[in-house]
Amino acid sequence: MEKIIDLTLIQLASAYIFVVILLVIVKIKGIAREKEILIGSIRMTLQLILVGYLLSYVFENSNPFYTLFIIAVMEVFAVFNIYKRVKKELSLKLKKVIAFSIVVGTLVGQFYFVLVVLRISPWFEPRYFIPIAGMMIGNSMTGISLGVERLLDGFISKKNLVESALMLGATPQVASRDIVNSSFDAAILPTINSMVGMGIVFLPGMMTGQILSGISPLIAVEYQIAIMLGIVGCVSLTVFVFVQMAYKTFFNKYCQLNI
Amino acid sequence: MFSLKGVKYKDILDINELHIPGEKITCIIGESGSGKTTLLKLLNNMISCDEGIILFKGQSLYDINPIELRRKVIMLNQNPAIFSGTVKDNLLIGLRFAEKSIPDDSKLINVLHQVYLKKRLEEDAEILSGGEKQRLTLARILLMEPEVLLLDEPSSALDQNTEKEVIEQIIKDVKARQAALIMITHSRLLAEKYGDFIIEVKNGQIFLIRERR
Ligand SMILES: Nc1ncnc2c1ncn2[C@@H]1O[C@H](COP(=O)(O)OP(=O)(O)OP(=O)(O)O)[C@@H](O)[C@H]1O
Ligand SMILES: [Mg+2]
Repeated sequence: MEKIIDLTLIQLASAYIFVVILLVIVKIKGIAREKEILIGSIRMTLQLILVGYLLSYVFENSNPFYTLFIIAVMEVFAVFNIYKRVKKELSLKLKKVIAFSIVVGTLVGQFYFVLVVLRISPWFEPRYFIPIAGMMIGNSMTGISLGVERLLDGFISKKNLVESALMLGATPQVASRDIVNSSFDAAILPTINSMVGMGIVFLPGMMTGQILSGISPLIAVEYQIAIMLGIVGCVSLTVFVFVQMAYKTFFNKYCQLNI
Repeated sequence: MFSLKGVKYKDILDINELHIPGEKITCIIGESGSGKTTLLKLLNNMISCDEGIILFKGQSLYDINPIELRRKVIMLNQNPAIFSGTVKDNLLIGLRFAEKSIPDDSKLINVLHQVYLKKRLEEDAEILSGGEKQRLTLARILLMEPEVLLLDEPSSALDQNTEKEVIEQIIKDVKARQAALIMITHSRLLAEKYGDFIIEVKNGQIFLIRERR
């Protein structure tokens, strides 16, 4: 098997030319984004170097506690990332629902995938578990962010319709059905779209990585199909749990709309 | 039918005592922003009072399942709510919300006549004019045959003639079914003409204008 070419420091440094070009362009165009681009590149570099060392340590000293700890860190990061990404005020109840749904949804997804689909042993083997957890949590995070955004928009812009439905004797569930469905749609659409474009428009990161590191494309594809299905399932589950619980936070015990 | 005692809602309403009789036409008048809509929303538990008691037929409103209550005491929103779909969809949606049985088209056409809306059932509801939308939402509620109708300015977008015809049709329907009608109106004239019982809301307080038993 051909081994991947280990990039030399100079080769890697020459890749930063891309960032320099970008900086020059925004400078010329007068777009005030230099700071963000610089901070973004530096953060990306530092974070990846750190993760590289961390992962190589964890892979060599595999241990269930390390695996679980890293998953916990990713979950916590995902939850706060959603809070930050959504540009609207979130109620405490809604925040709890977000945290609950992403943690429960992705844990079920990861464990099912690792234990039933891949059947790796030992179960905590970080080489498998951590990248899979990362992909599932990452995609669910994006999904929930979009779902939250759409749900809040829906309740604000359709307030009059929801209120009128309640006045006509609708249950909160029926009164908010359209909003809930549209939020579910918005949340899973990117994942569905990425399934459609898969392999033609782009090679997903995982497959690219595997192919670069010398694994046969056919094996890489097998993994990619499995993980893609896993991601779709996991995102759908997470988002489903989320919308089913989230719409209730907009109503009180007298089925009154409280926004 | 409704009894309110010592009811306070934020700093908007402060009602010492109020009894609204059943099987009667009650009109609520008052300046814009005086709290009329707020009062109506208290009656079908769309909002809860901060203090005091509200009884519906002798039972505390808050002991009644709010969904069940709103299926008997139906309120027409001040802003007409049109859902996506046809005139027919919009007529039926109330019955669907309240899980009531769906009548056939002849009844739907009948109720459109009652509110003087000359539109076909298949027409898109979104393109109706403001006043037509208002009448469509009225027809929707009439179809539900509630025990109590709470109407929030049901004729605000109608011309005088249409207003008179529509209101008289509603009153006829309510009387025939021995139901109750509680209606906010900006027109004192209308209130004096049709109201058995007239309430004025002023600075969050209630003044009885007329009581015809
Ligand atoms: N949820 C709320 N929170 C705080 N203030 C409110 C709330 N709802 C209404 N108000 C205020 O209470 C006052 C009374 O409102 P309400 O809608 O009952 O008036 P109204 O008599 O129906 O007026 P209009 O004739 O213009 O419809 C208004 O000043 C309004 O701004
Ligand atoms: Mg009002």
